Amino acid sequence: MTWRFMTGVLLLLTLAAFLLSLMAGKVWIWPMSWAADNANGWIFLELRLPRALLGLCIGAVLGLSGAVLQGYLRNPLADPTVLGVSASAALGGVLAIFLGINLVPFGLFGCAMIGAGASILLLLAIGRGGGPIGFILGGMVLSTLAGALTAFVISIAPNPFAASEIINWLMGALTDRLMEDVLTALPFMAIGALLLLTTGRALDALTLGENGAKSLGVDLFRLQWLIVLGVGLSVGASVAVSGVVGFVGLIVPHVIRSFYGEQPSRILVPSALGGAILTLTADSLVRLIPAPGEMRLGIAMAVLGAPFFLLLLLRYRKGAA
Amino acid sequence: MNLNVQNLGFAHGNAPTLEGVSATFEAGKFSVILGPNGAGKSTLLACLAGLRKPSSGTAKLGDEDITAMPAPTRAKRIGLLPQGAETHWAITSEALVALGRIPHARGAGASADDRRAIAAAMSATATDGFAQRPITQLSGGERARVLLARVLAGEPEWILADEPLANLDPGYQLDILDLLLQQARGGKGVVAVLHDLHHAVRFADHVVLLHQGFVFAQGAVDDVVTARNLATVYGIDALLSKDEEGATQLLIKGKMRS
Repeated sequence: MTWRFMTGVLLLLTLAAFLLSLMAGKVWIWPMSWAADNANGWIFLELRLPRALLGLCIGAVLGLSGAVLQGYLRNPLADPTVLGVSASAALGGVLAIFLGINLVPFGLFGCAMIGAGASILLLLAIGRGGGPIGFILGGMVLSTLAGALTAFVISIAPNPFAASEIINWLMGALTDRLMEDVLTALPFMAIGALLLLTTGRALDALTLGENGAKSLGVDLFRLQWLIVLGVGLSVGASVAVSGVVGFVGLIVPHVIRSFYGEQPSRILVPSALGGAILTLTADSLVRLIPAPGEMRLGIAMAVLGAPFFLLLLLRYRKGAA
Repeated sequence: MNLNVQNLGFAHGNAPTLEGVSATFEAGKFSVILGPNGAGKSTLLACLAGLRKPSSGTAKLGDEDITAMPAPTRAKRIGLLPQGAETHWAITSEALVALGRIPHARGAGASADDRRAIAAAMSATATDGFAQRPITQLSGGERARVLLARVLAGEPEWILADEPLANLDPGYQLDILDLLLQQARGGKGVVAVLHDLHHAVRFADHVVLLHQGFVFAQGAVDDVVTARNLATVYGIDALLSKDEEGATQLLIKGKMRS
């Protein structure tokens, strides 16, 4: 099967998952009532559409970031959280809730983006002249620090309600996001994703190691910039608008590799589509599974993804043996 | 066209240092850089490949400064087979060889030129039989040939190889040496860092012998690889003789007794 054919299939699946996300929920809304001038029409426009768009974009940037980072570090265990951007953006968001800035329009988004921006600047300073290893150690230190500070903020929350609000936000969800939220995050995600999509050839060259890549004329310093900015902007914006959604960036590139082979450049676009499919499907299931309140997306993703991933691993092991 | 370094010095980080190294490598010759561990062989090769910037002196291709060349231009003219035969990801042999075309890439997809160069490189190294096999399933000898094919696919004027024989069985070592020699006879410049002195005396046209960051001796192989030089630089007691076909044979008898 060719790349084009498989990617065409993924595109159709993405469309299907997007439509499912528009329709599914406590109330099923069929396409004929999307433009209706009644409650269903309102639900579609104000709730479902922004939510589905968000799921599409967040899933895509997480899948893409995961594929790029795994390629860059030549390590299948890397995911978008390794750079510490998610943790820093989360810290920004948590501080915003703690200080009540989230009540100002775009206050939470702004604070989270400031957190992401700070981590981008720090990473670029750390990475100066160093190889991927120093760079990633810096990212992990940053991640740990931001995580500790986040825990500190939660521990000094003035009342249980504030603490629970922070924790709930951290777990990641696409619920009750407005079209404005989506439109604010979209440019950051789009620019970040475009930067990441230009890295394919350099990631391929890194298959030969750093010296091999350099001898092919690849500028590793430029690649590092592209990755920090690309992941920082897109993942930062996704955390800012929906909290930390794990799993997608780690798992999706693996699943994609089992169909597309392991060449880094070949899995970038498919990983973005795969991420969107997984996120949209998980977020639709969250609405359909009867639960008190609603299951958090991050939890649903793990519940849905982990068994599937294990199955895949078992199949892969058999194939390898 | 030659590759030359003039009064080259290197002192950065943990890499072995070089001092006042001047040497000239001619196209069409199989040149070998020799010297004990830590003598600066790989550092010199990295300066020739443009991967490291000399702290003093110059590294030039003809009369162009290698460090001043734009990276893609340099990559088209100087190919490097790095140390360690490093590969990640289970891509096919053909996909790996195709990486050699990256300096020539324009837009997406492979051009007719790319396909021709990849096919030629794979046929020259007899790797076309397993073009579609993942590199993780190849034997060490097959993988070494695929990696060399990757360098050839870029059609560089110069082929620099850093310890290309490491971890290979004798038969496979000779395969790689034959391929490099064939490239040199075809007019390319070949510079290899080697550890095995037996191979050096059999294959090299020109030898640069490094010792503690200096050039200890350089020139035709028979003038450089002498019992006396080996004793001083490697601390070994070696016997050199001509066999009935006139080829130099080397026998290492043991360490020098001090």
